[in-house]
Amino acid sequence: MDEPLVRWDWIARNWDNGGPTSVKVLLENHIVMAFVPVVAGLLIAIPLGLACARYRWLYQPTVGIMNVVYSLPSLALFSILLSVTGLTQTTVIIPLTLFSLAVLIPAVVDGMRSVPDHVRQSAVAMGFQPYRRLVSVELPIAVPVVLAGLRVAAVSSISLVSVGALIGQGGLGYLFIDGWQRQFYTPIVVGIVLVVALALVADLVIIAAQRLLTPWARRRA
Amino acid sequence: MITFDGVTKRYADGTVAVDDLSLEVPTGAITVFVGPSGCGKTTSLRMINRMIDPSQGRVLLDGKDVTTVDPATLRRGIGYVIQQAGLFPHRRIVDNVATVPLLLGWDKKKARDRAMELLERVGLDPKMARRYPFQLSGGQQQRVGVARALAADPPVLLMDEPFSAVDPIVRASLQEELLRLQSELHKTIVFVTHDIDEAVKLGDTVAVLRVGGKLAQIAAPADLLSGPADDFVREFLGRDRGIRRLGFVPAKDLALDPAPEGVTPEGHGTFNPARDSLRAALDAALLSPDGLAVAVDDDGRVLGVVGQAALVGAARG
Repeated sequence: MDEPLVRWDWIARNWDNGGPTSVKVLLENHIVMAFVPVVAGLLIAIPLGLACARYRWLYQPTVGIMNVVYSLPSLALFSILLSVTGLTQTTVIIPLTLFSLAVLIPAVVDGMRSVPDHVRQSAVAMGFQPYRRLVSVELPIAVPVVLAGLRVAAVSSISLVSVGALIGQGGLGYLFIDGWQRQFYTPIVVGIVLVVALALVADLVIIAAQRLLTPWARRRA
Repeated sequence: MITFDGVTKRYADGTVAVDDLSLEVPTGAITVFVGPSGCGKTTSLRMINRMIDPSQGRVLLDGKDVTTVDPATLRRGIGYVIQQAGLFPHRRIVDNVATVPLLLGWDKKKARDRAMELLERVGLDPKMARRYPFQLSGGQQQRVGVARALAADPPVLLMDEPFSAVDPIVRASLQEELLRLQSELHKTIVFVTHDIDEAVKLGDTVAVLRVGGKLAQIAAPADLLSGPADDFVREFLGRDRGIRRLGFVPAKDLALDPAPEGVTPEGHGTFNPARDSLRAALDAALLSPDGLAVAVDDDGRVLGVVGQAALVGAARG
């Protein structure tokens, strides 16, 4: 009789066994390492994106650099950073932040470009000063486009964290290596299910935020 | 009063958008800038609220050079309406209308009360106040645009082709609405359009501009139609300007003949000499099988008749 695909008793024993590789701890680490890069990425992308929207000549070089960074294998970046930040979560978080910028900077630029010209003009004509116009007119109107980019960034970040397992900081990615080394499938299935569930939850949270923040963007269907 | 004093706008590439423009926009009246595209009408308008600054010459608002006033402060005192209304899609209608009062630092409650008052004034259902712009038709959005421009009660209103993007029926009703509002508010309005019919309908004064930003003629609509300054203005006014001019001549001075036996308003074109123009009287005559236009008073009583020959005579003046 072959081993079953999922051994429930393994899950019960390892969900919260107090050790550093209990599934609960791995899940928590995974959330931190996926979440921090997206938030940090957004905080960096907003000023950079605004600068690119304002000074058009900046945009192409910036996107070019971000795309080159994006094309670097994550493992290569981890190896480079190992000498600086060691075997820590930071070594995973920094490259993932850079990757998220490749999605988020264009999202901010596209968001600013989605502000209709007649709306911007009428804001100027009504006597908005530039800063106030940005904060209370242009940024709010850019929100739907930025959030669409944030969904992509969040989901890809959640998926990419697993690679960190190769340097011992991969959250749920550990389960894939563990399962593969022992030819034991239960951890792999648990890892996949949790990563997918995490991605779905993150996506739904952003969609909910979008509905809440931008009721005006809902078109009549 | 707004004064253009030798105003020229030249861009870095050498294009001249406005060329030595001098004219006066009288207080409390509608002045229309009309002309083909490229005539500098919008550029001229935008030099009033400093969206564009002149290369040469001055624009004076009540005697004061606008370039000496802080742009944001200047603009908060000048209403502005543009083609697609320019409403903020992320703000409810009431908050759109309250924009300038809030920029001026009014408290929220006062600004909203004022916004509600204005929505009513431009003929919008108060129920619309809680909606977002995308939930309104183009004509309704344009009314909101007018309400928003009027919110802080500015003495000056700039309107840049505000009714060009809506269908002809809605446009006509928006034009009527503007004239009705103006009869109550007496704002100094500068209205830009490429449509000469709109210009003569709305303007107390019409300034015709030609390509290259030169003023071709500035006159009251009736004078413009009867005496175009040159071929360009004549052509721009179109072929039937003789008939259109009659729209500005009141019918009250027409000599009426006693109505012949059996002539009733039914089956005849009618006009009201107290209110209508010569154009309406002529139209009435053309609609009647016997060529007689029947004059009636406010209560529909027959005052007399006038024949086509007499009307043509009156039209010649």
